[in-house]
Amino acid sequence: MTLSQHSELHTSSKTNSVEIPLWKQEGAEPFLKIENVTKKFGEFTAVDNISLDIYKNELFCLLGGSGSGKSTLLRILAGFESASSGRILIDGIDMAGVQPWNRPVNMMFQSYALFPHLTVADNIAFGLKREGVARSEVKQRVDQMLDMVQLGHLGKRKPNQLSGGQRQRVALARSLIKRPKLLLLDEPLGALDKKLREETQFELINIQEQLGVTFVVVTHDQEEAMTLATRIGVMNNGVIVQTAEPHLVYEYPNSRFVAEFVGSVNLFEGQIIEDLPDSVRIRSKEAGAEFFVNHGISCAPNQTVHMAIRPEKIKISRNKPEQANNWIEGVIEDIAYMGSLSVFKVRLASGKDVRVTQPNFVRDMGARFTWHDKVYLSWQIDSSVVLTS
Amino acid sequence: MKRRSLFLNTTAIMGFVFLYAPIISLIVYSFNKSKLVTVWGGWSLKWYTELFNNQQIIDAALVSFKIALVSASLAVVLGTMAGFVLSRMGRFRGKMILSGWITAPLVMPEVITGLSLLLLFVAMEGMFGWPSGRGTGTIIIAHTTFCMAYVAVIVQSRLASIDETLEEAAMDLGAKPSTLFFLVTLPLIAPALISGWLLSFTLSLDDLVIASFVSGPGNSTLPMVIFSKVRLGVTPEVNALATIMIAIVALGVLAAMYQMRRQTKLLSNHE
Repeated sequence: MTLSQHSELHTSSKTNSVEIPLWKQEGAEPFLKIENVTKKFGEFTAVDNISLDIYKNELFCLLGGSGSGKSTLLRILAGFESASSGRILIDGIDMAGVQPWNRPVNMMFQSYALFPHLTVADNIAFGLKREGVARSEVKQRVDQMLDMVQLGHLGKRKPNQLSGGQRQRVALARSLIKRPKLLLLDEPLGALDKKLREETQFELINIQEQLGVTFVVVTHDQEEAMTLATRIGVMNNGVIVQTAEPHLVYEYPNSRFVAEFVGSVNLFEGQIIEDLPDSVRIRSKEAGAEFFVNHGISCAPNQTVHMAIRPEKIKISRNKPEQANNWIEGVIEDIAYMGSLSVFKVRLASGKDVRVTQPNFVRDMGARFTWHDKVYLSWQIDSSVVLTS
Repeated sequence: MKRRSLFLNTTAIMGFVFLYAPIISLIVYSFNKSKLVTVWGGWSLKWYTELFNNQQIIDAALVSFKIALVSASLAVVLGTMAGFVLSRMGRFRGKMILSGWITAPLVMPEVITGLSLLLLFVAMEGMFGWPSGRGTGTIIIAHTTFCMAYVAVIVQSRLASIDETLEEAAMDLGAKPSTLFFLVTLPLIAPALISGWLLSFTLSLDDLVIASFVSGPGNSTLPMVIFSKVRLGVTPEVNALATIMIAIVALGVLAAMYQMRRQTKLLSNHE
């Protein structure tokens, strides 16, 4: 890319959101292709036969707890670890045997890994100087990067003279200056406090759209993944459990693990009683009720399944709901006032606790209910999902 | 400020007295006018003048400084290589043996180190004709051998405290391992190298036992000369010489401490 093209990108409008995303297009060529990659450390399998396609300009989040293998996968992409088996193709080129310093990939480290003995400007220039770029161009591009991350005035400082948020920006600028095709970000916002994290999230998305770099982000923070990602890959025990767009991961989790890992959820064990044309009927002993769910799944009668419902999709009331089904009754065991919403813990006759959140849409909403109140919990047929695994 | 108890104060004073009283008395007596070492005869600088007129001592000092300079520099190069291999190469065949060998000179009695080196030099001379005879060269080799052990330990511990992701970041940005060593690792461990060099210099300057084994005729180091002079009775001249050496060593230690503090400050904030 020439400099003029680069500056054009700065002024170009954001990616057109009406466009059909590449991952939905039949036959679209993935930019990053992970094929059956396995990584073993002795007996331990950190990454277990993962196959994944990531497309150009995506901001893909690998979401998982510690030890899920997400960081190992990232390190394999960067070239710091070599896969025990499988292939990695970036832009169609097999990365087998390509050393980290020769890959068209840059990484932003969780600890930022800024060189403490170099100034901010020298840190950012490091990658360009290794390429043998002319001194005047290095200076120009470093200044451009410093402006982009709004640190134009701090180029002469040393990393230990910067705040956490400023260091994060320097790390980002340093990893972007070589204009990598693929940027790997390891918990990019993990070391920032909550408020700063929220601001930086949007900045990160802006920069990604501006430069048109493909991002692969590793995070354990589901909120971060939700806001950042075009798609999320949820990882557990070295396996990607579900790959989908953020709202689909949340609304249509494909397993109990995903439902519980992303957000909070109430699970009811039950049996399929009837497979109706547009819904299923489930009998749950735990809930002491029958439920109808219209989320189409393939299941057999009498199969044991779990019905999952998110706390915010449950309505709590003192009066018996008018609807014929999809309601249960219980007693308020606990109330937590969180400012914007109230959280209720409702105990059913079976002893099971159900978590319900209600936005505080009037003042003193929580005060309308009190401990040991008998309440009815109800929801719509399209509020819950059925999980078979 | 915290109130200090009488006990702590006394302990501190006693510690200082034990450590510094002999040195201070030596320094004071180096300015003694009297010819007798133990009798105070007023202030004078005459022993310093005599010292600088004593060609034997001046020669020995020059030999010692030359040896210390060369062997400290060699020890830093070799010790850094050893420390680097031990802390960055992961597990490899013979790592235990290497790390054992490197730290052996730290715990080995000097007599044994000296004797074994002497035997080695003699055997090598018999087999290859090198080193021909013993002299400055053999002392340098011997000093490098035991000084590099100290450097290796210092470098290894410094490398252990440096975040390895810094090196990965450099690789990620296009630096080959050789480049990244000079651009990232070396600047970060530089203070450790400086303090390792200063320590090696002092150790080499200090050494009497090993040098006695591997030196040849006409190549006496300063400690060897002092030792032989003291056997004939301590002269105030030796006090003056010792004072100068203390000053040099103290400067070296202060410089090393300053380097260490600078490095701690540099690394403290980057987490």
